[in-house]
Amino acid sequence: MVLNLTRSERQGAMIVAVLLSLVGLVMTLFGADGYFSTHGFIIMLAGMGTVFLVGRGYDAPEPSDERLAHYYDDPVKAGVILAMFWAVFAMFVGDWVAWLLAYPDMTFDAAWASFGRLRPVHTTGVIFGFGGNALIATSFYVMQRTCRARLPDQLSPWFVILGYNLFCILSVSGYFMGITQSKEYAEAEWYADIWLVVVWVVYFLLYLRTLQRRNEPHIYVANWYYLAFIVVVAMLHIVNNLALPVSWFGAKSYTIYSGVQDAMIQWWYGHNAVAFFLTSGFLGMMYYFLPKRANRPIFSYRLSIISFWGITFSYIWVGSHHLHYTALPHWVQTLGVTFSIILLVPSWASAGNALLTLNGAWDKVRDDATLRFMMVAAVFYGLTTFEGSFMAIRPVNSLSHYTDWTVAHVHAGTLGWVSMISYGAFYAMVPWIWKQKKMFSPRLVEVHFWLSVAGTFIYVFAMWNSGIIQGLMWRTYNDVGTLSYSFIDSMVAMHPYYIARAFGGFLFLLGACVGLYNIWKTMKVRTPAMVSDPSRPLPVAGVAAGSVEAGE
Amino acid sequence: MFGFHYKLERKAIGFVIAIIIAASIGGIVEIAPLFTIEGTVEDVPDMRVYTPLELAGRNIYVREGCYACHSQMIRSLSDEVERYGPYSLAVESKYDHPMLWGSKRTGPDLARLGDKYSDEWHVRHLNNPRDVVPESVMPRYGWLLRTPLKVEDMSGHLAVLAKLGVPYSQEMIDNAPSDAIGQAQPDRDEAGGVAERYGDATNIRVFDGNPSRVTEMDAVVAYLQILGKLTDAAHRQQDAEIPGDAS
Repeated sequence: MVLNLTRSERQGAMIVAVLLSLVGLVMTLFGADGYFSTHGFIIMLAGMGTVFLVGRGYDAPEPSDERLAHYYDDPVKAGVILAMFWAVFAMFVGDWVAWLLAYPDMTFDAAWASFGRLRPVHTTGVIFGFGGNALIATSFYVMQRTCRARLPDQLSPWFVILGYNLFCILSVSGYFMGITQSKEYAEAEWYADIWLVVVWVVYFLLYLRTLQRRNEPHIYVANWYYLAFIVVVAMLHIVNNLALPVSWFGAKSYTIYSGVQDAMIQWWYGHNAVAFFLTSGFLGMMYYFLPKRANRPIFSYRLSIISFWGITFSYIWVGSHHLHYTALPHWVQTLGVTFSIILLVPSWASAGNALLTLNGAWDKVRDDATLRFMMVAAVFYGLTTFEGSFMAIRPVNSLSHYTDWTVAHVHAGTLGWVSMISYGAFYAMVPWIWKQKKMFSPRLVEVHFWLSVAGTFIYVFAMWNSGIIQGLMWRTYNDVGTLSYSFIDSMVAMHPYYIARAFGGFLFLLGACVGLYNIWKTMKVRTPAMVSDPSRPLPVAGVAAGSVEAGE
Repeated sequence: MFGFHYKLERKAIGFVIAIIIAASIGGIVEIAPLFTIEGTVEDVPDMRVYTPLELAGRNIYVREGCYACHSQMIRSLSDEVERYGPYSLAVESKYDHPMLWGSKRTGPDLARLGDKYSDEWHVRHLNNPRDVVPESVMPRYGWLLRTPLKVEDMSGHLAVLAKLGVPYSQEMIDNAPSDAIGQAQPDRDEAGGVAERYGDATNIRVFDGNPSRVTEMDAVVAYLQILGKLTDAAHRQQDAEIPGDAS
């Protein structure tokens, strides 16, 4: 990794690493509380580890210019492996907390191991650890191919991927210790948030710089989605996380918003984290890998324009549907429903565009588990967006909100759509970047596929049932006109579903383990390198780009 | 339209600007007016602030992730009002940085939990929920009883909240650590200032059953006992809406 960096890039890496170590050292020494110091120590370790790594290869000869004739995929490889480790870790925690809801004493008598602290470990681990690494890794891969341009330098992609993982580690280790702002999906405290902004700005600039170097006149649709993901997530992250720390050397901060405004901003963030992190970014992934794997052009270019701008414009409005019948003013709730329903149009346009792209390639869907992952992902995307619009309708929401139905909905999206499209993309990309003909074991890809499908179905059906039962029990009146069930009655009724859900989650986790093993073995295969990457090569200077086709 | 897009998608910067515009409109329209429209938050003169002890308890509630399973937002639906009490008003979380409305009820709503159960019940329940509710799936929080409450930095907490608009006076900020201790130890001298600064209705008592020291349990129970009690506005509103059903 260091050997491929040029001299000046090694110097840059050294400077960044030393600065990071110093920041960590200051945080450790002057921390107002043990938590802040612990995080300082982690930052210092990260910096010093990098100093050591770079230092070891510092004096090695510089790489030859021959490298510039190839795409730069080393950070992509790192991102894939990190994503799969996060997947296994965070899904394990997720399954653990799922069992805790059925058997609450299946834990240690320690603060770090209680449900409330483990839950954000799970959500952050899967969304940011697994999802984020998958997005960054595939975006590096896709932007180079679709621009037919190499990454502009070799240092900033490493800064992005490693810096991003430092953010994930700070967040997750913080939750174990009880450092949290309690904003759902934005629990990380102020200093980790600031660090993420730094990383994100570099990521954004890297993307723009690559686009500016492109040898294709048009920016391919996958890049639109990745760009929207990067730009809007930055907006959401900064606005929602504005906070005032109690001490500049302490972990605790207070968000600048309160009450109803805080609620609206939180769910504006929360729902658009779903929109621009878990939808837009992964649609970018889909628009590249699905047509590439199916070897078919995207069904409709115009449909992709309509759905892209439809999603980018409409999603931002819908956060208020998380706050129906609350103290949020009625007019905001109404806007939220309206746009939630409108949103179905661009969402289904995307799902339809993906599925229609498969016309003429359905035999491949039957035979190829990798493509089947992506097909099922598109189906789940369609299902989940329909369900989301449906649940945003006020009377439906009055039943579904606060219940496990929401959990079912989220997991139909994250297991069925986000995870499956990532697995599909990984199984397509891994042999390409490690220069193999195919995955180590196509059979294990098949096994992973069926474990994922079975796990998702069991999970989602269990939670649909429990959610609707909960919602109905809470509002059932008896003949006398009083409520029929106590709250605890509804909890007792959930028990079998919680067991089923935990079992479904276990199958899904097992699938992730199989995937990690398979990817690990593929990268370790030592057969003579063969060029299997189907992307078009980097252009020789002066050769103009061709027509718009899938995968460009 | 497609012709225009055909040109737009050749310009990276132009494309980014278009994304920023498209993705900003909704947020601006929905969020900005919440800060300006009068009546978004009801004007209630009797709304009081959290005492330092209650605030410390709230921070522990945040730290332990209680909001992941308990909402603090009663919706304006008849079954919720019947089960939990008058529906929540915006003013009730006016001083909440951050709000803890929650999104999931694995356990029941807590918006009107205050005074529903005794302190002793709360302590036993937090120590092991299944001692008092055999079917409960809530985690045990036994360590709250064993952990002394950290109060030294409470002034800093109040000062930051004051900067953000919570009406803490300088006197409240200066006395925050001793007020936190005093509220949970009525026999000590520090207790006197609490009622003086935060009102006679403030709960000043031993919350965790152990008068010899102030633990995190004291703080959490003090916080739970004040939920829904910062103002009577919601009850007044209910009484006004349903005349003759005043309770």
